[in-house]
Amino acid sequence: MTVQSAKRTLPVTDLSLVVLVGSTGSGKSTFARKHFKPTEVISSDFCRGLVADDENDQSASGDAFEVLHYIAGKRLAAGRLTVVDATSVQPESRKQLVRLAREHDVLPIAIVLDVPEQVCAERNAGRADRAGLPRHVIQRQQRELRRSMKHLEREGFRKVHHLRGVEEIEAAEVVLERRYNDLRHLTGPFDIIGDIHGCHSELETLLSKLGYADGVHPEGRTAVFVGDLVDRGPDSPGVLRRVMGMVAAGTALCVPGNHENKLARWLKGKQVQHSHGLAETIEQLTQEDTKDPEFKERVREFIEGLVSHYVLDGGKLVVCHAGLPEKYHGRTSGRVRSFALYGDTTGETDACGLPVRYPWAEDYRGRAAVVYGHTPNPSATWLNNTICLDTGCVFGGRMTALRWPERELVDVPAVQVWYEPAKPLTNEAPGGHDGRPLDLADVTGRRVVETTHHGRVAVREENAAAALEVMSRFAVDPRLLAYLPPTMSPCATSQLDGYLEHPHEAFAAYHEDGVRQVICEEKHMGSRAVALVCRDAQAARERFGVTDGATGALHTRTGRPFFDDPAVTEQVLGRLREAISAAGLWDDQATDWLLLDAELLPWSLKASGLLRRQYAAVGAASGAVFPGALAALDSAAARGTDVAGLLARQRERSADAAAFTDAYRRYCWTTEGLDGVRLAPFQILAVQGRSLAALPHDDQLALIDRLVAADPTGLLQETRRLVVDTGDEASVAAGTDWWLELTAAGGEGMVVKPLQALLRSESGNRLVQPGIKCRGREYLRIIYGPEYTRPDHLTRLRSRALGHKRSLALREYALGLEALDRLASGEPLWRVHEAVFAVLALESEPVDPRL
Amino acid sequence: MFLTISTTGSKGLPATDLGFLLHKHPDKAQAFSTSYGDAHVFYPEASAERCTAALLLEVDPVALVRRGKGKGRGGAPDMSLAQYVNDRPYAASSLLAVALRTAFASALRGVCNALPERAASPLPLRIEVPVLPARGGAALVRRLFEPLGWTVEAEAVALDERFPEWGDSRYIRLVLEGELRLADALRHLYVLLPVMDDAKHYWVSPDEVDKLLRMGDGWLPSHPEQQLITSRYLSRRWSLTRQALERLELARLAEADDTEAEEIDNAIDEETDTDEKPVPLAVRRREAILDALRAAGASRVLDLGCGQGQLVGALLKDVRFTEIVGVDVSVRALNEAARRLRLERMGERQSSRLTLLQGSLAYTDARLKGYDAAVLSEVIEHLDLPRLPALEYAVFGAARPATVIVTTPNVEYNVRWETLPAGHVRHSDHRFEWTREEFRTWAHQVAGRHGYGVAFAPVGPDDPEVGPPTQMSVFSLTKTTAKEAAA
Repeated sequence: MTVQSAKRTLPVTDLSLVVLVGSTGSGKSTFARKHFKPTEVISSDFCRGLVADDENDQSASGDAFEVLHYIAGKRLAAGRLTVVDATSVQPESRKQLVRLAREHDVLPIAIVLDVPEQVCAERNAGRADRAGLPRHVIQRQQRELRRSMKHLEREGFRKVHHLRGVEEIEAAEVVLERRYNDLRHLTGPFDIIGDIHGCHSELETLLSKLGYADGVHPEGRTAVFVGDLVDRGPDSPGVLRRVMGMVAAGTALCVPGNHENKLARWLKGKQVQHSHGLAETIEQLTQEDTKDPEFKERVREFIEGLVSHYVLDGGKLVVCHAGLPEKYHGRTSGRVRSFALYGDTTGETDACGLPVRYPWAEDYRGRAAVVYGHTPNPSATWLNNTICLDTGCVFGGRMTALRWPERELVDVPAVQVWYEPAKPLTNEAPGGHDGRPLDLADVTGRRVVETTHHGRVAVREENAAAALEVMSRFAVDPRLLAYLPPTMSPCATSQLDGYLEHPHEAFAAYHEDGVRQVICEEKHMGSRAVALVCRDAQAARERFGVTDGATGALHTRTGRPFFDDPAVTEQVLGRLREAISAAGLWDDQATDWLLLDAELLPWSLKASGLLRRQYAAVGAASGAVFPGALAALDSAAARGTDVAGLLARQRERSADAAAFTDAYRRYCWTTEGLDGVRLAPFQILAVQGRSLAALPHDDQLALIDRLVAADPTGLLQETRRLVVDTGDEASVAAGTDWWLELTAAGGEGMVVKPLQALLRSESGNRLVQPGIKCRGREYLRIIYGPEYTRPDHLTRLRSRALGHKRSLALREYALGLEALDRLASGEPLWRVHEAVFAVLALESEPVDPRL
Repeated sequence: MFLTISTTGSKGLPATDLGFLLHKHPDKAQAFSTSYGDAHVFYPEASAERCTAALLLEVDPVALVRRGKGKGRGGAPDMSLAQYVNDRPYAASSLLAVALRTAFASALRGVCNALPERAASPLPLRIEVPVLPARGGAALVRRLFEPLGWTVEAEAVALDERFPEWGDSRYIRLVLEGELRLADALRHLYVLLPVMDDAKHYWVSPDEVDKLLRMGDGWLPSHPEQQLITSRYLSRRWSLTRQALERLELARLAEADDTEAEEIDNAIDEETDTDEKPVPLAVRRREAILDALRAAGASRVLDLGCGQGQLVGALLKDVRFTEIVGVDVSVRALNEAARRLRLERMGERQSSRLTLLQGSLAYTDARLKGYDAAVLSEVIEHLDLPRLPALEYAVFGAARPATVIVTTPNVEYNVRWETLPAGHVRHSDHRFEWTREEFRTWAHQVAGRHGYGVAFAPVGPDDPEVGPPTQMSVFSLTKTTAKEAAA
């Protein structure tokens, strides 16, 4: 017999904790199987089985529920719908589940399966493992269920579905509902608009500038308001009318700010303080009453209907008023709403009586971009993939919008100061502009650095750990460590006979990237050096905050000082300083400090340990072994033994070894103090207020040439160069000849760079390699071993994987650019250091060290 | 890599018998394949009077590197193996020992069916190894070979005659002469070549212990350097690979700077600490620190720069220290501390009192706030002076424990160390060493700036002229908040 009964739909929020309530035999497991995915359901019986090998072992219940709660917790933390299949007839057991839901900021939902005792008993009797269950157990559970029914909502369940009898259960249908804040299906594009505070005319100007005409964008873009539409400013009703109109028309979304929240409470007749500009709004709304008596009521409804945050664009974008940590994205609870409206406060108040805000964005490591407002800043800047768009329009600042996904900022200035700020606008970037001391949390653990040119660059924990050790124990003062040079990729492997690297490959690579003009720069065989030169100790103190009289720094690729004795460093800096003065670069560049990228020679100056232990050692060993071995082979051959092949090979090996010794010796010479030491600068990285990383290399070298010419001491050395057109065969041939000449004379090789320095690929979606090195044939003996030129060795050596090196080179380059930009725009030390530290950390990534 | 074995003949005993003993015909050149290249045996001379066999191993340097795992990432676990610029193709190391065993397997066993008596009796031998990597130099070569009946000629090879200031290389030109059984001679070489090389082995099979016992049979047990031989032959095997894996990230950073890993990864080298017996200074220091901590009533203690955990170990022995946090910037030091303290086997009650953290005093660190005391034992002198203010702020300004104990060497005392050359610091990583006056001046300034009081105490014998070897200061917080201190 089938009873036809009306379908009953049970709405269930798509991220929630569903608790099935019913006595044993009420059909919970069957119900769960029917309506949910098997992995969504966790049953207490199953957990009992897990811990005790017996699903009915009641003595294992304690442990079984611990496991159940643990699994449910993991699922909820990951944002997955979870169904708990246990009797849950006792308030205590439900209380734990409600707490669990709250811990993970999801809604607890109860579905009660209310089945007559007789049915339960019959079903149990039909199951072998439960046939012996005493009747009184079911009776007790039924009693508990009855008692529980009217308390479920008070216990915290946000939805309670009570299904009475077998038929109603049979007829029920679970319908998943999207959370209000889940608008991932909307992909925009969006224009997210920061705090407005009643600045109606600025809002209209901004909307026009964004391309809206009467609240509608011709390209169908959607405006998103981050809240704080009202209070303080001259026309809150005007702003409300515009925003409410757009939201109603579907051309805008809006999240509430704390000011809307307070206004709504006033509108509902609650007692609120008329402070922080609410008084102005009340007055304006009261004036509105005569024209539009319904307006206040519509405002109240509008505000009450606002959702505290939205997840948009496939989960890539989160918009809310005061910011939101990742674990709250898409969650639904009182504390999520409270955070979204008010942010995180420490509980203290500052000297102006304003709450002290916890810099949550500093700790943010989430994948979604969080766009918010709430805290007025002089300018909007990205921090850890978050951006605050409140630029204090009402205080006479600007009103700012962010175009998404373009990530472009659009702003308009305030017409006037509408409201005096309680305290001057300062960037609440952590530490402020004068910078706090560096904190370990700025650098350790897995980190992501936002870069302008290459997006988010990740640093792994173990690499950060190694960098921490080197940075802490060996580096120069971080305040003077504004830059670390990126690694550079060699050219693609050459297939030409006898060559592993050849300029042809470098020219071809740039040609392919659409780069015509490249510059070949001689590669000096020394050690990479970065020099920060200040005009004097006072300039160093004022700009970099060092008080020990240092006038700059001269450091290696990993930030270590070149010379143990600071006096020698100062001597080098002194000579540089004089050359800069004589060349007139201080005034020319309007700066009193210069950051230089350079090569310090000879190689033996710094690498002497390595040279002796590795390079010279190999030279010594080969030099000592071959005479004897060759003599022995000669004698054997003279005796008529067939060793001709072996002898010929050993002669070649001996010659290779001698060539190797010659190769490393070219880069060694004896120095005495600074005598014999040479510095070859090839790029001015930054000066006061400007990064010069994008200055074309010919202009760069023109500046460098002036510097070298102005140095009477012989310390500075010029960098030879040649401009090549990658699309012109003759020019490419000239470039190749130049390299052959350079390397035949013992040169290390050259670096090929785009003449325009900082370039993106033609499609515009990635950076072009800033340089590609082509190392000389003889020089490569130092890298690939004395005998690498032998054909059988070359064949094998040609299989080298360059992909990781190239990727690393680009990531480090972007981080370097980022450090220079941050330095130039006067950002706090920790922001510069973050990027510099990341370069060092990436240098410890595993990559073929010979590339 | 190359070596020769020569013998001279006498009446009825022609030198060319060497060919029988080695199982290699003097008129032939023969090749044997090994994992790293071909081993060739040939005879530069072979007459009744004099016969020389040469063993030449043609190492394939590319295969050497590429045998490691990992595509294009430098493969081998040991950075030094990952170098194409490698002395292995030229120097006599364990690779040559492997070649020796491959080419002369029967001779090593002393088997010779043709001339069993010759194989069993000593003959005049001369062995030349033109390039022998020798850690310990000519002196050690003598100590190893002379007890075995060899006359040893060992001469250092210069690094580069163009740069005499670089001195000698680690290679020795070795000539051994003596009357020995050939099998014994070969076994000596088989074991001692890798032992001399020491630094980098290529262990090809896991049964090295058995092999050592077999090859050392008859001579190793009575060798005066038996311990050194055994430990060098065996002990490096595991530790080397383990260390190599632990420090790859650091090694790469060293390489980026053209320096050696050892120059950077030297956080736990405390061998050179100039300690005196019977009560070493380090022990006195720990006692003084423990006394000061007890006097301050501290129970939750930070050991900042805990190194290998010596002080942490001492703190654990006193239950009044309920929470002990060892902090060091070196991951390797922390691993070593965990190993020495047997952290994995420690009981729960004890291990719950202990935390080891990687941290750096160049940065403020929220995890270090709120402790009773912090110890900086022999730490500050490992920092470049310009970076000391950052440490000062991180400890006294940010972490602000109630008590801070700082110890550092007293440089005035250095004249009392007989082994320390004048003007030298006590440890190669000491960036400075202070006089008592300098230390006191710094300590008073720090105390003044951050609201601490400070007292000083000597550690070790307080010399009337130059003071104690270690100086200690104990800072006590007098103003509870940084704001107050600034006021």
